[in-house]
Amino acid sequence: MNERNERIHGVACTFRKAADVYHAAEKVRDAGWKKWDVHTPFPIHGMDQAMGLPRSPVPRLTLLGGVTGFLTGCLLTWYTNSADYPIVVGGKPFWSVIFPFPVLYECTILFAAFGTFFGQFIFNRLPRHHHPLFDHPQFARVSDDTFMIVLEATDPNFHVDESRNFLQSLGGQEITIVRD
Amino acid sequence: MAHAHDNASERPAILDKVRPAELPRSPLILNNRGFHWITDKVCGIVEEPTPLWWKVTFCVALFIASFTFVGLTYLVSTGTGTWGLRSPVGWGWAIVNFVFWVGIGHAGTLISAILCLLRQKWRTSINRAAEAMTIFAVMCAGIFPLFHVGRVWFGWWLFPLPNQNGIWPQFRSPLEWDVFAVSTYFTVSALFWYMGMIPDLGAIRDRATTWWRKTFYGVLAMGWRNGNRQWSNFEMAYLLLAGLSTPLVLSVHTIVSFDFAVSNVPGWHTTIFPPYFVAGAIFSGFAMVLTLMLPLRAIYRLHDVINQYHIDNMCKIILATGTMVGYAYATEFFIAAYSGNAYEKFAFINRAFGQYAWAYWIMVSCNVITPQLFWFKKVRENHALVWIICLFVNVGMWFERFVITVTSLANDYLPSSWGYYSPTIVDIFTFFGTFGFFSVLFLLFVRFLPLLPMAEVKMVTPQADPHAH
Repeated sequence: MNERNERIHGVACTFRKAADVYHAAEKVRDAGWKKWDVHTPFPIHGMDQAMGLPRSPVPRLTLLGGVTGFLTGCLLTWYTNSADYPIVVGGKPFWSVIFPFPVLYECTILFAAFGTFFGQFIFNRLPRHHHPLFDHPQFARVSDDTFMIVLEATDPNFHVDESRNFLQSLGGQEITIVRD
Repeated sequence: MAHAHDNASERPAILDKVRPAELPRSPLILNNRGFHWITDKVCGIVEEPTPLWWKVTFCVALFIASFTFVGLTYLVSTGTGTWGLRSPVGWGWAIVNFVFWVGIGHAGTLISAILCLLRQKWRTSINRAAEAMTIFAVMCAGIFPLFHVGRVWFGWWLFPLPNQNGIWPQFRSPLEWDVFAVSTYFTVSALFWYMGMIPDLGAIRDRATTWWRKTFYGVLAMGWRNGNRQWSNFEMAYLLLAGLSTPLVLSVHTIVSFDFAVSNVPGWHTTIFPPYFVAGAIFSGFAMVLTLMLPLRAIYRLHDVINQYHIDNMCKIILATGTMVGYAYATEFFIAAYSGNAYEKFAFINRAFGQYAWAYWIMVSCNVITPQLFWFKKVRENHALVWIICLFVNVGMWFERFVITVTSLANDYLPSSWGYYSPTIVDIFTFFGTFGFFSVLFLLFVRFLPLLPMAEVKMVTPQADPHAH
């Protein structure tokens, strides 16, 4: 039976050691959970594999940004120095990819960096200043020295009591319900 | 923050056979400090009541910064004639100071980006402050070309906007490339710095007790939740920004050197300039990092986080890049002799023995001779001496730009047009004040933002490794 309470965000438990939360995460992954997360004060080596996360999609926006930047640079230099107001310099062609190359290069990097920076925010769904976890008493310690696994109520595996027992079997401490 | 997924459990069989000697790595964090100690240490700097030394230094820095304000106000209200620029030297202290400050910035990006790609874990203790240094140094640098345009209210002509005659900037000019390089550099460095700071801002937010601190750090932290799903994207973005900053930082000083190298002035028109400028930039930047970090380490008792190993590494980089710079000086002379070009030969003999010989020999003694002291462990362990040597390096690097700029312009092709350049008091005020401006910004950073990247420092502690038992 799945007695899902709409006001519950999920069940959380804490760990004191990086190794413990790492091995617990492997077990949660193997149990087939999809809606869950591991909150850690710093990124743990190999946690993506332990959680079974796919590769981050951020590079796609980096590539998109880089291509856009290069083309923007081409368009800018071509339009200004060749189309709108051609400037004769030493009888050379009005536009080529060579002479403004430093400009194209910098535009490529600039736009790729914007793609990466905003990509991180977009894929992380940030900024988001109201999250149920922020009201959870143990959560403030996660940015200090505590590791936390949160199983979310939206996962089909979720059941308040069973999930609590599951976290207990993983060695989690301070098992608590996170209210929405 | 990028890291290899090194798997300790898969030990090749050959290693059991040959039994290699264990070579323990130097610990990055001394005294086995835990995660909570690191959080307390870094957040404590922000949370403690404003210390007296900070207030005093801040007032002094503001006073020094006012010199730039006075210098620039006088310049704008009177004209660029108040600087010491006159024929034949049309590029004096303005470009010297610009290159000096941009160069300082480069060490920050080297530490944050290149050392990240090279997986140098020791970078974590210093990268935040070094990146802050980069951003503030680029801001100081930007003042000089902006005001050198003379009528600063036409500064927007630098950007690709048509002026009142519908004419656009032309992109064949290295000066226009510079506009793109430096503004991109500033923007990307600021993005990289801010993004890396988000988890630490979140950590300060989570400890905040006062309303303003909760709001200030809460807004800046963007609702960061430390979830691994977030870390995964964050780490990827961080790695990509490091990968983008690396070609960027190399291109910036390359393009800065194009300001000189693309011209046909003897002593400037050389292909060695880009690598030579980049090595010099890293050299001066690391000296500045040590100049800033050694006092901060003493004041905030950060000895466990920034230990002798970090200082050793930085000293060795200064030694290596200083030697490269010395080699570049020698190469310039060789190429001048080998070129068979009378003007080129003269330019270099004139540098060493002409009217600016004093500046040349200050440059050589500070940049080539002084850093050689870092070969000695005793010198690297004497932090007062390290600090003084770093000051010498920065003086030397300023003189390098002075020598390059002024000697070549003052004595070019025709002896009838030679001259001697000296700065005016307005030049001196403007430059002197930038140190105050830089210090004001840096002190604000130290007081209000996380000085060390807590998450990254925690990551390099032994207990952060999930495979350690």
